[in-house]
Amino acid sequence: MEIEDVLCTFCGCLCDDIRVEVKEGRIEKVRGACRLGSSKIMGHNRIKSPMIRVNGTLKETSYEDAYRKAAEILVSAKHPLLYGWASTTCEALKKGILLAEEIGGVVDTTATVCHGPSIIGIEEKGLVGSTLGQIKNRADLIVFWGCNPSEAHPRHTLRYSSNACGRFTPDGRKGRKVLVIDVRETRTARNADRFLRIQPGTDYEIISALRMIIGGKAESLPENIAGVSRKELIEIAEMMKSAKFGAIFFGLGLTHSRGRYKNVDNALSLVSELNSHTKFVIMAMRGHYNVTGVGQVLAWSSGYPMAVDYARGAPYYNPGETSCCDLLSRRDVDAALIIASDPASNLPRGCVEALAEMPVIQIDPFENPTTLFADVVIPSAIAGIEAEGTAYRMDGLSLRLRKLVDTEHPSDVEILQAILDNVRRLRDDN
Amino acid sequence: MIIKGGIVYDPANGIFGEEMDICIESGRIAEDARGEVIDASGLLVMPGGVDAHSHIAGPKLNTGRIMRPDDSRIGTEPRTRVCRPSTGYTVPNCYAIGYRYARLGYTTAFEAATPIIEARHTHEELEEIPIVDKGALTLFGSNWTVMECVRDNDLGRLAAYVAWGLRAARGYGVKIVNPGGGEAWGFGSNVKSVHDPVPHFDVTPAQIIRALAEVNERLRLPHSIHLHFNNLGRPGNYTTAIETLELLKDIKPSRMRQVVHVAHMQFSAYGGTTWKDFESKASAIADYFNQTNHATMDLGQIIFGPATTMTADAPLEYANARIGHQKWSNHDIELEESSGVVPWVYMRKMPVNAVQWAIGLELALLTRDPWKVVMTTDHPNGGPFVNYPEIISLLMSREKREEEMKTLHEMVRSRSTLPSIEREMDWSEIVIMTRAAPARILGLEDKGHLGIGADADVSIYDIKPEEIDPSKDHAKVKAGLSRAKYTIKGGVVVVRDGEIVAAPQGRTYWVDAAVPESDMDRMLSSLKEKFERYYSIRMSNYMVQDAYISNPFVVRAGVQPLKEVI
Repeated sequence: MEIEDVLCTFCGCLCDDIRVEVKEGRIEKVRGACRLGSSKIMGHNRIKSPMIRVNGTLKETSYEDAYRKAAEILVSAKHPLLYGWASTTCEALKKGILLAEEIGGVVDTTATVCHGPSIIGIEEKGLVGSTLGQIKNRADLIVFWGCNPSEAHPRHTLRYSSNACGRFTPDGRKGRKVLVIDVRETRTARNADRFLRIQPGTDYEIISALRMIIGGKAESLPENIAGVSRKELIEIAEMMKSAKFGAIFFGLGLTHSRGRYKNVDNALSLVSELNSHTKFVIMAMRGHYNVTGVGQVLAWSSGYPMAVDYARGAPYYNPGETSCCDLLSRRDVDAALIIASDPASNLPRGCVEALAEMPVIQIDPFENPTTLFADVVIPSAIAGIEAEGTAYRMDGLSLRLRKLVDTEHPSDVEILQAILDNVRRLRDDN
Repeated sequence: MIIKGGIVYDPANGIFGEEMDICIESGRIAEDARGEVIDASGLLVMPGGVDAHSHIAGPKLNTGRIMRPDDSRIGTEPRTRVCRPSTGYTVPNCYAIGYRYARLGYTTAFEAATPIIEARHTHEELEEIPIVDKGALTLFGSNWTVMECVRDNDLGRLAAYVAWGLRAARGYGVKIVNPGGGEAWGFGSNVKSVHDPVPHFDVTPAQIIRALAEVNERLRLPHSIHLHFNNLGRPGNYTTAIETLELLKDIKPSRMRQVVHVAHMQFSAYGGTTWKDFESKASAIADYFNQTNHATMDLGQIIFGPATTMTADAPLEYANARIGHQKWSNHDIELEESSGVVPWVYMRKMPVNAVQWAIGLELALLTRDPWKVVMTTDHPNGGPFVNYPEIISLLMSREKREEEMKTLHEMVRSRSTLPSIEREMDWSEIVIMTRAAPARILGLEDKGHLGIGADADVSIYDIKPEEIDPSKDHAKVKAGLSRAKYTIKGGVVVVRDGEIVAAPQGRTYWVDAAVPESDMDRMLSSLKEKFERYYSIRMSNYMVQDAYISNPFVVRAGVQPLKEVI
């Protein structure tokens, strides 16, 4: 049986045109996805059974025991951290937020270590954006800044951006200009009409110079700005101003280089100001397929998009204080529930060491380095393959993930509900 | 349940402040009842409030929350045994929206604007709003398919698309915002009048509005078209308002209601040519409403202090951001709309703001028939809905208006007629503007009144209408309305003494309209092509799935006779 229009649960592109062949309850073939997506949908290294660590080794156990143990850890913790969420459904996060409210925990997401600075930039300046289809149909200039979709979001260019055809862009790539700004010549840069190679950590200066040129202050600039000639930047500014519809996509090259959220703040200002001359939008290249949705659910539940601390009974948000790395490096949390993410591979070393010292519950379909120090491991159904639910594409569009095959594993929603039930029971007993 | 001894206002049923008992059985108003007795002796009793135009759910709300952590910090209330935590003032979290409406005695609120493609998000948020019944209006005014049907003068196909769009969005009615302007904004421009052609589509806003109004009646939808005018928020725009309303004068309504509902009239009742000679034209607008019968309006009253402006009128938000030197979010929505969000502050000493404040009140007081006027703040554009008691006390008391005007820029006296208006509304008129009229305008037959069989949505206030003089005791009016003594929703007491005591899940209303199969087939074949070529998602992933509405109330409409089923 072939299932059509399946959503790919790999990256923030959330492609929804995948065809999956299912035979006898197993996925046989994936058509239309990129290599990254196919490999995710085909599956690998599943955790087979719930496990609890006894005397240093993980021992297989029942789901019931794992839920009880997880609840014990959370109830006896003073300030637990509930981290991850970017690769599961919005419905799972809703349960997680309720759990955090009841135990006075912190909900934080992988966004704080990728596009967290972008969100802070948006708090400063707002976001002048659009859906991806708007860009596909209209944009005649695409700028990729500090991102490399050819390798990180392989179908982005064809479906949504530089190579897509639309109503006012019938010639696709031929009718468009593509500008890449990066510190190295990526595969994406090879597809560009113009590649501006900049020195690492100089994004802020370059953006400021472009803003000055667009604001009519080019003559105040020096001949050379952070290693780039004024002349070249004037040409690039002209390219931007003369576009009918321009779009900037930016990646971790902006958020994780010197300046961080200020880089994004500056880029958002640039786009805002370009709208005095022509039409321009900007979008963050979100990584995990539902990292956008996590921010959305947290925002409508708590008012804040990440790093929300429920220890006071009401949501409290202060990135730099309540974000996971800050909490861990200060040893300000004493237990962690890690879901649909792998902090052991992605957080700074000191934070991973802090995690390793505290009781850790892991909920994930797949084994990963976090499993190595988890005390309770609960395998889950893969969202979007074995369980339904909602996810948000990088442009904020919500879509419903399909269930393709059955599984013996409970979904993240069911697991979190069971832990919540156990937490309530333990509380009542006390 | 029996509510005993209250002074009941139920103008839809001709009851204007009579002492009587209200009986509730199985969530509806009944002839008699048993069970709990609520002592309302001498207290003000009325149907639960109905908000016909409020921005309470969807992407633009969340955009506001994300760009305004400063606002989320205001109004923080911790979790209780019954309530999830609350945050925010102009952009409250979902839980706060439900609790705060209930505390005011409101039991129904309709989200005013949702693009079809983003309706799933809207419903995700509506599901999280506790207590109140709700629904969402669906945006059609800059939609490619709509404009192509209008250009081809093919109203059958347009009706099919509207019916399909409402079903896809699980929407309640046809919302039109700055028609054509959303498409023009796709390349950074706008339409300047109702006769200014939309670039690339060879139609005018006037044609879009008229065609959608005709189709709205052909489909016998419970609500009329719900219109945000072109040129909204600009000096001199009252002429656009009247010109637009004139376009619709000859259209016959298919139900006992208006042909067009005008959203937040205050923002379209401006005279002058620039902000310098800006003045109120509320009297001209009110005259028009007094002389005609095809239109209704909601106020869009402004409230001094912070607001968050959010609208599908994206060019307006761009202008707001420039005027206010504010942070600006914009969101263009492929093939359908554009939108924007900009934080705002209305200031007492700012001449324009002072006059805007007067315009809202003038519109309410100069329009003779309260059934034509719904009280709103266009939450959170004019200010948050929690300020409704402030507006009511202003409408009921000339003394309060005079006191307020003393704190405002003096231009409020020279550029509006408010100082000369003597009218003070009575409780019946207030109940019409906040309950009976919005329910009738939306086509909600079981709401806004307390007749037998109506939804048992009742609010009881700690105000004794026979002892209090709202003209003088306006502070007591405001305090009493701000914290309902009881709010009863579907027969359940949800508020007691201003505190939430229960938070049941409300219903979500949407309209399922039937159209001839041949029209639907014709429409779908051209729509399928749009999905293949232009949309960035597949048609099979577009419609809002049933999973997103846990407690639906489907209103049937369309070419078949009307029948409502639960």
